[in-house]
Amino acid sequence: MSVKERDPLTGHQTTGHEWNGITELNTRVPRAVWFFIAVTHIWALVYWVLMPAWPLVTTYTKGLLGYDDRTRVERQLMAANAQRADWTQALATLPAEDIRQDPALMARVAQTAPALFGDNCAACHGTNAAGGPGFPSLVDDAWLWGGDTATIMETLRVGINAPHPDSRSSQMLAFGETGILTRPQIRTVVNYVQSLSGRETQADAQQLAEGATIFAENCASCHGENAMGNQDIGAPNLTDDFWIYGGDDAAMFTTIDLGRQGWMPAWEGRLTTAERMALTIYIQDLGAEQGK
Amino acid sequence: MIKRLTIAERQTAMLLSVLIALAGFAMAVIGRGDPMGVHGWIVLILAGALFFALASALYEPEPTEDRAVSYYDDPTKVGILLTLVWAVAGMGMGVWVAAQLAWPDLRFDAAWSSFGRIRPVHTSGVIFGFGGNALIATSFHIMQRTSRARMAGHISPWFVLLGFNLFCIIAATGYLMGVTQSKEYAEPEWYADIWLVIVWIVYFVLYIRTLARRNEPHIYVANWYYLAFILVVAVLHIVNNLAVPASFGAAKSYSAFSGVQDAMTQWWYGHNAVAFFLTAGFLGMLYYFLPKRAERPIYSYRLSILSFWGITFFYIWAGSHHLHYTAVPEWVQTLGMTFSVMLLVPSWASAGNALMTLNGAWHKVRDDATLRFMMVAAVFYGLSTFEGSFMAIRPVNSLSHYTDWTVGHVHAGAMGWVALITFGSIYALVPVLWRKQTMYSWKLVEWHFWLALGGTVVYVFAMWNSGITQGLMWRTYTESGTLAYSFTDTLVKMHPYYIARAIGGAMFFVGAVIGAFNVVMTIRSVGHQAQQLDYPTGSEANEPAVPAAE
Repeated sequence: MSVKERDPLTGHQTTGHEWNGITELNTRVPRAVWFFIAVTHIWALVYWVLMPAWPLVTTYTKGLLGYDDRTRVERQLMAANAQRADWTQALATLPAEDIRQDPALMARVAQTAPALFGDNCAACHGTNAAGGPGFPSLVDDAWLWGGDTATIMETLRVGINAPHPDSRSSQMLAFGETGILTRPQIRTVVNYVQSLSGRETQADAQQLAEGATIFAENCASCHGENAMGNQDIGAPNLTDDFWIYGGDDAAMFTTIDLGRQGWMPAWEGRLTTAERMALTIYIQDLGAEQGK
Repeated sequence: MIKRLTIAERQTAMLLSVLIALAGFAMAVIGRGDPMGVHGWIVLILAGALFFALASALYEPEPTEDRAVSYYDDPTKVGILLTLVWAVAGMGMGVWVAAQLAWPDLRFDAAWSSFGRIRPVHTSGVIFGFGGNALIATSFHIMQRTSRARMAGHISPWFVLLGFNLFCIIAATGYLMGVTQSKEYAEPEWYADIWLVIVWIVYFVLYIRTLARRNEPHIYVANWYYLAFILVVAVLHIVNNLAVPASFGAAKSYSAFSGVQDAMTQWWYGHNAVAFFLTAGFLGMLYYFLPKRAERPIYSYRLSILSFWGITFFYIWAGSHHLHYTAVPEWVQTLGMTFSVMLLVPSWASAGNALMTLNGAWHKVRDDATLRFMMVAAVFYGLSTFEGSFMAIRPVNSLSHYTDWTVGHVHAGAMGWVALITFGSIYALVPVLWRKQTMYSWKLVEWHFWLALGGTVVYVFAMWNSGITQGLMWRTYTESGTLAYSFTDTLVKMHPYYIARAIGGAMFFVGAVIGAFNVVMTIRSVGHQAQQLDYPTGSEANEPAVPAAE
């Protein structure tokens, strides 16, 4: 049994059902609803006719416009490359001195390199290229492998201790762990090395002399007699006050005790030659700017 | 509560808890040394505690009243309390997750507190813990009231409610231990998934059996939505979680799908979890509590039909709009986009139906924060469905995809729609269940309303700004034809918005805490006197309310 009532407010009839006090009006669906249903459905139909839309057994309806995402992206990439070709070609082929003398090319470098650096280098070397514990600063003019254009380009190309076949490779031995040096010997040589860069140490003259002997016997082969390092094998200069892993007692002890082997990816295949050139020039200029 | 069960029912419940405890013990033994073993102990302890609680009350006197003539509200009451517990826990986690994005050091260097682990605790905690418990509790209430019949069973409602919470606990503790299937909103591993299937089938059978004994000639709209929610979530959950365990003793499995099929299945699931978990069920809530509170008839029964079938049909197609401009074939993207746009009109028809129902009751919206919760929820439902259809259009999506705009959109829906309709329903339901005239404090309801609305607005505006800024920066080119900004540049720009987001979330969280306090104080004011039961009222010309034959 159902009793249809008329709602005094709207004048519409109820459906005659009631659930725990809830009733429903039998109001007709507003015209606007039908109108917008028609609009959205017609739009969808047109879209299906024009664009790839419905699956068939082995293929799909391609649409009258013949639109295809993949070809569109390929075309856009080609167009973008063509648009950049004038300056990327120059960056990839011209020597760095010529690039530096061409203000137009240098403007391209200034526009391109910061974002490239931010997306590819900043994660390790920091957004300001100042490095951090374990990652060398690129603006301190203390280069492990050399700071001239050709060397930086090569480092970027092959990486350091990277899987690239031409990768630069370099390793600091674990002198303590392998038993070459005892713990007191390590402490002595730490004091000696600290004295080379003018750091204050508590060691007396005799201890420093002992340190010098240990250094000559164990460290000089890579870091050089004068501890100035060797850029051919990526051995850092120990007489400046730039430290990748820290210059305090604890950090240096760990370095000598357990050894170090930094790692930098090879960018050949990930960045183009032009992009690597832009980065090289950018880094050199960044260092020069901050050196002032 | 146990006293309202017969001794035979108590024994059945004890038997079930023993079986579950044994399953837990088996998991603890087979999975020792693996997070699965820890889960085994959790199951064993919880089921064991339940067993002893039942045993201690086993020989208490049996209920004397005729149970068939009253409604069975005990599971609903417990469900409401669990909803509030999960609300505070899940939203609290959300504030922490948001704060970690603004201040990453808030991780405190532990593995369990890393973003990747606590973020799913937040999402599962609010969607399944808060939303799921709210849906179960309100569905128990509504299925009985709109059927004018008692729930079909005394053990199965408890099995559904407590079993579902066990699933939520296994999920949340698993995330903290690093257990995940890496499927968004379907992170729990295979044994948790199997358990949820069992619970869900019992839920479905319970709902159908209750409807079958109804004393109303017609099935009310709210029930259509709850049934769609239960049925489709079962299908989605089972298909998306098809996987082969790597071992029966470990929390690790491999999905049955790979590559593009995996992505498509996952987002068919993910999008319809939004549709059928976070929309259909909550529309059921809206369809019952809004007209009840406003004391107005539903604006249009015909519009209800149109929007119900529109939503259930079109939503199922729309999942691929999560995969625009990916390896998914373009025709799949076209279908996802066009169906998303066609979905808009039925969605707005629902929201419109709710708002038009308030005609003649707007003075109540002004005066009654509970009804205002529901009204604003309907508005946010309309806003976020429009935004969703808009973002599904491919060129729009190319800007919004992978940005915070998506996060803002989800939270406009989750906070503005899902949470507000839930809190409105709780404020309407608690006085009914505990037989009180009103909530403990109407002022606190007002405070909750404004904190929740303010928090949602702050959150959503922060994410709109952040997302659009991010999207535009990602696609800005220099004159040279190269990208103008690095990713880090965009993060720096997003930082202030992340702080704003954490503040908005914290406001919303404080509101939820106030709500939980208000409910607890309402219940405490009832005191220890014997609980009154709720009986069906004669509706049709006061004919006696006779439940259908058992």
